[in-house]
Amino acid sequence: MSIDAQSVLNETFVLNLGPQHPATHGVLRIKLTMDGEYIMDADPVIGYGHRMHEKMGENRTYAKFLPNTGRMDYVAALFNGHGYVGAVERLAGLVVPERAEYIRVITSELNRISSHLLWVGAFLVDLGGFTPLLYCFDDREQILDLLESVTGARLTFCYYRFGGVSNDIDDDFVAGTRKFIASLRSRMPMYDAFVTKNIIFRKRVEGLGAISAETCRKYGATGPVIRGSGVAYDVRKAEPYSVYSKFNFDVPVYTQCDCMARYLVRIAEMGESMRIIEQALDTLPAGPVMAEKVPRTLKPAKGDCYFNVESARGSFGVRVVSDGSENAYRLKLRSPCFSNMSLFRECSRGMLLPDALALLGSLDLVIPDIDR
Amino acid sequence: MSRDMIMDIVRLVLYVACLVGFAAFNAAYLSLLERKLPSWMQLRRGPTEVGPWGLLQPVADGLKLLSKQILIPQGADVLLFRLAPVMVAVPGILCLVTIPFSETIAARNFNLGLLMIFSFGAINVFAVMLGGWASNNKYSSIAAARVVAQNIAYEIPLLLVVISLVMSMHTFNLHTIVDQQAGGFWHWNILALKVSPMMPIAFLIYFTCMLAETNRAPFDMVEAESELVAGAFTEYSGMGFGLFFIAEYVNIIVGSCVGTILFLGGWDSPFGFLPGLHWFLLKMYALSFAVIWVRWSFPRTQFYGLLNLSWKILIPLALVNLVLTAIMLKLF
Amino acid sequence: MKTIPLKAKFNEIAVCVEAAPLVLETAHATKGIDLDVTVPAGRVVEAARIMDEAQFMIEAITGVDWMADKQLEIVYDFTHVDSGERVAIRARVPRDTPELPTISDIYPGANWHERETHDFFGIIFTGHPELIPLLLPEDARFHPLRKDFKA
Repeated sequence: MSIDAQSVLNETFVLNLGPQHPATHGVLRIKLTMDGEYIMDADPVIGYGHRMHEKMGENRTYAKFLPNTGRMDYVAALFNGHGYVGAVERLAGLVVPERAEYIRVITSELNRISSHLLWVGAFLVDLGGFTPLLYCFDDREQILDLLESVTGARLTFCYYRFGGVSNDIDDDFVAGTRKFIASLRSRMPMYDAFVTKNIIFRKRVEGLGAISAETCRKYGATGPVIRGSGVAYDVRKAEPYSVYSKFNFDVPVYTQCDCMARYLVRIAEMGESMRIIEQALDTLPAGPVMAEKVPRTLKPAKGDCYFNVESARGSFGVRVVSDGSENAYRLKLRSPCFSNMSLFRECSRGMLLPDALALLGSLDLVIPDIDR
Repeated sequence: MSRDMIMDIVRLVLYVACLVGFAAFNAAYLSLLERKLPSWMQLRRGPTEVGPWGLLQPVADGLKLLSKQILIPQGADVLLFRLAPVMVAVPGILCLVTIPFSETIAARNFNLGLLMIFSFGAINVFAVMLGGWASNNKYSSIAAARVVAQNIAYEIPLLLVVISLVMSMHTFNLHTIVDQQAGGFWHWNILALKVSPMMPIAFLIYFTCMLAETNRAPFDMVEAESELVAGAFTEYSGMGFGLFFIAEYVNIIVGSCVGTILFLGGWDSPFGFLPGLHWFLLKMYALSFAVIWVRWSFPRTQFYGLLNLSWKILIPLALVNLVLTAIMLKLF
Repeated sequence: MKTIPLKAKFNEIAVCVEAAPLVLETAHATKGIDLDVTVPAGRVVEAARIMDEAQFMIEAITGVDWMADKQLEIVYDFTHVDSGERVAIRARVPRDTPELPTISDIYPGANWHERETHDFFGIIFTGHPELIPLLLPEDARFHPLRKDFKA
């Protein structure tokens, strides 16, 4: 049996970026077909963390599903909760009191900042710089303490209820949040000098991992991914929900389409979140935090509706189909990371392995959110 | 056998034993420092459990590595697999034989000491490549290929810089090199602008090449932790991995020693009085500290960025340095 | 409103489902979508093409098991990035032979959504390049979100 020279030269090999790997954020397997160091094809295999939350939504009452929402995208759990309660409230016609909406906005934006801080640290670890992770976690610790004092959890929040929130915030929380914002603002120049302007970091992310706006549209990629490709799509501005229309904030958009653009979008978003929180704290109305006359067992009217929120990773959507009973008939959870990940195969063709991993990192994926 | 020869052999054996102990001790405690220093930079404390202040941590690590089963992957080349860690560790220790720690402390003072060090340093590349290839693992093979490309690229500016120094010092003998720098920090080679106006830059080139030769971040593509798990060392367990680990730190020590001797005046004191071993050790550990510091401050470079740096920037600079040295030699 | 011209285009291909309006304009605040369209299963590709030409983004594809009607409904959600408007396209297939064409040629992002819907409901998207399990194990032959599925 002879091997002709041409086939040996064209030989590609399959490398398994296995479920256990330091670079993939969670259990993700990517079957890489490589030609030397270049990726010919990257086929992601997901489902290692699949728990079938959608079936659980059908087997439980609406209220009993609330803890599940915090377990999907656990890094930004409040957004998932907001999406779910928003959808059910829309279907049931519940009106949330203003104070509760303000509290939802404040806690959600704090969660966004903590999620982005974790992402910055993890992204740098992917690239080989281990120190910024610890600094980000130091800042994030303050947020987790604040949120723990009001929600009782540090990571997998289950704080929003149908018609409001479960706990009111107190003056300590308000003072603590203001203090945190001042401290993070004073740290941002350090991150700028240490990370954003670091020549090695810039060489690793500038000009790499291009995702065009058209690709984002065809794949449904939202969040910082599409905003780093020049499209100013933010659910808070496009389909304002809660009380976001009352606040003055910008949507950071960068047109370079590379990993650096997505990084800059997230850094800028942290600043915008701080602005929103300050405005919300300044204009926080008094009042109840829970709607009156919310039935213990919610039975929304027959029909279906869709509700989406701007999660830290993109547009998180919930489609609820109700048949009038106490369980949902169908609960569809539209996860942003699912759509963001689906474009990896096309965009990573022909890239070097470390560059593809930088691209994967810049998509900000939380695998349990993809798997649900 | 004459009495002198016997004494010589005894002395040599004692020295080598001390050096092996020195290398092992340094490797062990540099690994502890490698965990303590970044922890201070990262607002945490590092290992504190084992022993006061974590001082017995390396002992615990060593015991752990010794107690692990040595697994040889199926299809691996057994002889090369077992040989590679040894081939990596031994040359590093051998380099230490020729390094003069002070006026009187040197295991063996070769006339061609510098040449010997670089020859043994080159074996390091070969051994890591062998280890990567013999593991029968795709990750390791990729890493082995990277090692060769990286080390070859960075040997060249390193040697160019050293050659320009040797040209001006007229000797390969490390002891003589230090003697010529005696008398205070203004005589040290790093500030010897009469030898070449680019001398401080030459020192930086040397430092960068040393980082790349020892495969330390930001040039640690070989063992890029978040991509290739442990690169060429993925399949090694137990003491095989331990030997690679020790070898990395011994290489840092050797690189720092050579840097101290070539540029920082060896055991010479900065102000001219009280020269000795303590100054040598201080300078050597300062360089090692800088190596660790750089590792934890920067992300990893891309592979072609790394090679670009060497071929397009460092080699031209080193060549310019060489030419300038030659001109200065001719003029003065 | 981006959806107004679409109404006319959809009216050509929408089908009557129990005499209910087929191309519905709905209030975003109560339903979350602006245009609710029901099309025959064979014409989803045309519907997707209309959406693509109007520069809509594919958001999600999912199924609903109407066991009482012996039908499976597939819902496609599209959103427009500039105006935030939403269109939902529905199609129904019989439970015994759930087949309809894939839209992954027009929207590559539909590839994964269709694989997931196939996993959960057993709907076959004809023309799909790789209809293998996405979230379920490779050898799974069951479809959990069907109402008659007992774990």
